[in-house]
Amino acid sequence: MAAQAPARRTLRRLVTAVAFALTAGGALAQTSILNVSYDVSRELYKDINPVFSAQWKARTGEVVTVNQSHGGSSKQAMSITEGLEADVITMNQSPDIDILLERGNLVAADWRKRFPHDATPYTTTSVFLVRKGNPKGIKDWGDLTRAGLQVIVPNPKTSGNGRYTYLAAWGYALDKTGSDAGAKDFVTKLLANVPVLDGGGRGATTTFTQRDVGDVLVTFENEAILIAKEVGGAKFDIVYPSVSIDGSAPVAVVEKVTEKRGTTKVAEAYLNFLFSPEGQEIIASHNFRPRDPAVLKKFAAQFPAIRTFSVDDKLGGWKAANAKHFADGAIYDQIMVNR
Amino acid sequence: MAATKTFRVLPGFNITLGFTLAYLSLIVLIPLSAVFLKTTSLSFAEYWHVVTAPRVVATYKLSFGLSLVAAAINSVFGLMLAWALVRYSFPGKRLVDALVDLPFALPTAVAGIALTALYAKNGWIGQYLDPLGIQVAFKPLGILVALVFIGLPFVVRTVQPILEDLDTELEEAATSLGAHRWQTFRHVILPILLPALLTGFALAFARAVGEYGSVIFIAGNIPMVSEITPLMIITKLEQYDYAGATAIATVMLMLSFTLLLIINGLQAWTSKRTGRDR
Repeated sequence: MAAQAPARRTLRRLVTAVAFALTAGGALAQTSILNVSYDVSRELYKDINPVFSAQWKARTGEVVTVNQSHGGSSKQAMSITEGLEADVITMNQSPDIDILLERGNLVAADWRKRFPHDATPYTTTSVFLVRKGNPKGIKDWGDLTRAGLQVIVPNPKTSGNGRYTYLAAWGYALDKTGSDAGAKDFVTKLLANVPVLDGGGRGATTTFTQRDVGDVLVTFENEAILIAKEVGGAKFDIVYPSVSIDGSAPVAVVEKVTEKRGTTKVAEAYLNFLFSPEGQEIIASHNFRPRDPAVLKKFAAQFPAIRTFSVDDKLGGWKAANAKHFADGAIYDQIMVNR
Repeated sequence: MAATKTFRVLPGFNITLGFTLAYLSLIVLIPLSAVFLKTTSLSFAEYWHVVTAPRVVATYKLSFGLSLVAAAINSVFGLMLAWALVRYSFPGKRLVDALVDLPFALPTAVAGIALTALYAKNGWIGQYLDPLGIQVAFKPLGILVALVFIGLPFVVRTVQPILEDLDTELEEAATSLGAHRWQTFRHVILPILLPALLTGFALAFARAVGEYGSVIFIAGNIPMVSEITPLMIITKLEQYDYAGATAIATVMLMLSFTLLLIINGLQAWTSKRTGRDR
């Protein structure tokens, strides 16, 4: 644990060495780009990459390989600031891209303006997964604070999924009570019902579905649909609350790297592909809500309409929300320490 | 006093010492000093604020407390295991002997997931404990189970060779001189084993303090209740707070080092007392 920083540096050198060896050996003029992403987008990009490569080859005659790297989002972003040569970064919350701007100007200052929809090709939202038949009658956020109920959420300190859940509950309560004090009171009651805080969204899924802990799992819609599909709809139901949070997934070209590597064009094309109808369909098939209205309509059965609010609109943006809720000693810590 | 020239297999004191220092520096000291260096970006007041936050202090108590308990449990049962493996022969002994090392080899995350699956209230073991009101998974007790699991081989493997060297004649002599079983154990066997047992204890303890992978799955990770110190470090890293993370790391390092120093001191003292000083 203690030797993490130097270990990372060594790893970086190793990666550079390998990359160097690959470039040196790449007399075939083969281009490769690296997509550094968060944890649960692995399957999505596994499907996206070959389709993009085929399209790029048909258009330009150039062979491009897209490599992917996945892990906890902050860790991934941090490795880029420390020298991991990512051509594009695809995350599930914007602070993990903003940090690239703050620490080394690796992305354009106006990265949000470079692609449609504030550079977010898809979105998801926080929903509830309950045991079959909804035995506890959970319908909305208000039900989660009931005494004796067990709510499973990932740790907001270590998981973007958990942070969205926390903010979704906060936003709901802000509407209901009209004050920060009311919202804090509500979220305090909700968190009092949380028996386990898993490090990430997938861990929370396992706790709820495999370990049989909890009455309700609050997680991203894509994760909930995946569980319903894979573990079987026979055991769980998805419940949509009256209102939830808009979890848009931002993307950016790491320009400082692509300019050096001469991959800016292909990196841009890659991200643009995510917004194309073809890319949007792959995205929708992975249970993320596509931006393209036609594609969304096609998958309408899978994505019921739900009223959402964004972090920017209701909570003053990620920067303010992080400082107010998740920084050390901020509201989340206060609630948990006095629990 | 004339210095007695003793023959040594490896060449020269200067070379070996030089190599030892260089190697230790490269592998241990340089990475660790980087940790301390990173904290220098904090003022002392900030540093103190980070490392004494109530939530962080709660994790020290849990991590170090449970690690000591786990090491103690392993010392007792590890000794028994080693005893059985050395003194008796039974079918499948080699298999059991190999099984002891399994916690060494298993990726810790695998251990954590397996233990959680076992001890959750729908698991093989958990389903029988749950009606008794005993919850293991997602409670501090679960952390203890994980730490006992990963620490077991250390005690067995340090005590085993000493036991193998221990002549049964010593025990027979004690018995023929009229010692009870307990007296033989207490006054003949234990003093000889104690230094090795302490080493095993120290290793198991050190391993437990730093353990992250297996614990994180079974702990539940509730602030003030079941968060371990390594999780606090990871949490800080997630927030891009490298200085804060290393600050906690330095406290862990210093605490661990102090405790290991004490245990090593104890070991030297017992060695001397039993006349096995080298």
